[in-house]
Amino acid sequence: MNAEGGGEAETVLRLSNITKRFGPLTASDSVSFDLKRGEVIALLGENGAGKTTLMNILFGHYVADEGTVEAFGKTLPPGEPHAALAAGIGMVHQHFTLADQMTVLENIALGTQSLFAPRFDRGRALARIEELSRDFGLEIRADALISDLSVGERQRVEILKALYRDARVLILDEPTAVLTPLETEALFATLRKLVATGLSIIFISHKLNEVMAVSDRVLVLRSGRISGERRTADTDRGELAALMVGETIKEPEVVEHSPGDTVIELVAVSTAGRAGGAPLDAIDLALREGEITGLAGVSGNGQAALASLIAGTTKPESGTIRIRDEIVSDWSARAALAHRIGRIPEDRHATGMIGDMSVTENVISEAYRSPRFSRAGLLDWKSAEQFAETIIRDYDVKCPSPNARVRLLSGGNMQKLILGRAFDGEPQVILANQPTRGLDVGAVAYVHTKLLEARNRGAAVLLISEDLDEVLALADRVIVISKGRLSPPSKRGELSVREIGERMAGHGFADGVTDAA
Amino acid sequence: MRLEPKPTPGLATTLLYPAGAILATIVIASLLVLIAGASPFNVFWLVAKGAAGSQFALLETLTRATPLIFTGLAVAVAFRAKLWNIGAEAQLYIGAVVTVVLGTGAVAMPTPALIPLIMICAMLAGALLLLGPAVLKVRFGVDEVVTTLLLNFIVILFVSMLLEGVLKDPMGLGWPQSKRVIADAQLPRLIQGKRLHFGFVIAVASAVVMWVVMKKTTLGYEMRAVGNNAEAARFAGIPVNRVLMKTALLSGGLAALAGFSEVAGLKGNLTLDLSPGFGYTGIVVAMLAMLNPLGVVASAIFVAGIFVGADAMSRSAGVPSYIAQVMVATALLTMVTAIMLTRYRIRWK
Repeated sequence: MNAEGGGEAETVLRLSNITKRFGPLTASDSVSFDLKRGEVIALLGENGAGKTTLMNILFGHYVADEGTVEAFGKTLPPGEPHAALAAGIGMVHQHFTLADQMTVLENIALGTQSLFAPRFDRGRALARIEELSRDFGLEIRADALISDLSVGERQRVEILKALYRDARVLILDEPTAVLTPLETEALFATLRKLVATGLSIIFISHKLNEVMAVSDRVLVLRSGRISGERRTADTDRGELAALMVGETIKEPEVVEHSPGDTVIELVAVSTAGRAGGAPLDAIDLALREGEITGLAGVSGNGQAALASLIAGTTKPESGTIRIRDEIVSDWSARAALAHRIGRIPEDRHATGMIGDMSVTENVISEAYRSPRFSRAGLLDWKSAEQFAETIIRDYDVKCPSPNARVRLLSGGNMQKLILGRAFDGEPQVILANQPTRGLDVGAVAYVHTKLLEARNRGAAVLLISEDLDEVLALADRVIVISKGRLSPPSKRGELSVREIGERMAGHGFADGVTDAA
Repeated sequence: MRLEPKPTPGLATTLLYPAGAILATIVIASLLVLIAGASPFNVFWLVAKGAAGSQFALLETLTRATPLIFTGLAVAVAFRAKLWNIGAEAQLYIGAVVTVVLGTGAVAMPTPALIPLIMICAMLAGALLLLGPAVLKVRFGVDEVVTTLLLNFIVILFVSMLLEGVLKDPMGLGWPQSKRVIADAQLPRLIQGKRLHFGFVIAVASAVVMWVVMKKTTLGYEMRAVGNNAEAARFAGIPVNRVLMKTALLSGGLAALAGFSEVAGLKGNLTLDLSPGFGYTGIVVAMLAMLNPLGVVASAIFVAGIFVGADAMSRSAGVPSYIAQVMVATALLTMVTAIMLTRYRIRWK
């Protein structure tokens, strides 16, 4: 995308030997790179590779132990968040920083005016925003409330916010995580227009496809160091993946086989609305033995409602749940466990584990009442500890001892504990809600292997994921969720990514609902 | 300024910070003593002597610690499940009312039957008193800090009404006090002629029982799980609301025992000054013990010692005994700070 010609472009941002240590951990190890005018650099790396640390140093949230940041030839004073903004560096965070109850215009202008300014020239601000949005394909209604906007639109507001402040360097942190494939393409088109006007972009991602699609140059970070730098034109996905992980990790192979009987069936189930996502709207869903059903969809379209329904933490408002042809009337987390449903929750820290309790105490949390772990209200800690040790051994959990507090474990190890707990007693249904979010590539492959093992021994697996690649790689059939409704299932390979993307945006549902998102 | 979590604190820091907290408490209290015009060394010596310097002093400290163990346990149990029971004072008074109602001759049976009956009824009353706020919290999300705190005032005014009315001792020369409990309903003294009574034994036994409950039983496990992460507990199928109800019953019952033991063991009747804030001091006791039931015994004796010692000191050194409250409050603040510092590191800027 670099508009080359006219010799060497000007360097707009230079990081020299940035080193940052947290106790024994070196989060950033003498990282240096230059960003040229009109260039797109992709910062590629797994979770924990040091991408966020680097950006926090750039923005003055952390002070580097060594090294300097130079913007447009001037060294930025360390530890001053305003310096980077004043120097023309804008950032679009993964989690947006917008005030929900204010309009687009207000959000964009927020903080650009002195508190003591006599008045706010609304007309000029509006004209400026309209000009920016027209020039860069960032369509938005300036008087709309943020709370009425879709996620993709909110991201546009964030980008406009940075442009309104005359950003000449734009940093995007995992910008596509919340977008549909179509929205992603629109974002890339915008980025191309921005670069054409001389803006420079740092694109942070762990998705190889996107990095290949947008960048001029790729910097691969691994455990705080730059493990490789490549011109995008001279490299390929395989090489980048190897640089990112350091070794080749084998993803498990999916062997075709035909599914068995239906284990759990939802018939015309609706749930009550609640904060943070759409409720379910009269859905039908049947999960069969030995089959992974992948649920794709844009975040907030009812995944949370479906997951908590199957996990037993919410009851259906109407409709029936049938397990092995028996209608279950009293539905709860305990009922779900009693019907041998193994659950992997979306948020390990908030719902999966109790951080300040030990590994042992956590692994028995679903079964502490069984005679295996307690008798007449008295816990059998010896048996519980043996169970913890079994999981630690079988699932290769790295932890100092079964008495260690779970908070001290890494995300991958925590997830292994959850797998060990959920898969105990060979559950007949497995609910895996975002099972690999935030895990490194090695742990992702491990989780995938375990899910496939469960499927191969005959469990009915529901895999809910916002990562479409994951769904397509593992699922025997794919269902798309949009606004609390399910699309008809499609067999593996039946639909293209583009067609699934359209369904994710709400098109092509069986009953002919084609309202655009 | 912000806080960064530290990795597992080492043994050195775990001991160093609380030691620093005690030191800081002594320094701050010394300054106040200096302002009052006395010598800090002399004052601290007198406090220590007054708390534990003689058999009389020691027994007095243990007597004062008895209700604090009960209220401290009540708070520790509730706070463990993040049920913020600020109403131990009210539960204490309700326990005392039940003791007086049943113990002044309304029920006649031999001591070994009468005392357990009164204990159980007192506990039930305290438990039911806390059940209300717990139900409101679970059903309607009403903040239990507010409801339990306000119940203190309601109950104390209610007791005041009873003492001016139905419970008023006709032989009490017009004072707002109840009749004395009959001999069969009184707890025996541990040493003939001294004030320390059997309530202390019940208190320590309760602490041991609560320790076992928290460590070894499914209920204790559920309470800790709910307190640490209610959402994860709910996800794992732990009936969070039911656990909170059980916690409320247990906590209210323990606090009511403080009222029972003060009336049946020490005072013999109910007056409005039965508790000089034992319910509130129980919060301090529980926090100093880091919510550990056995720790509650130690911290209740420590806090009681400061109060008893300061009373003795003020008689001979002329420094107001309010210094005790300042010391206890300072100890709480420094201890809480120390606990935080063992877990977090402060970053300036």
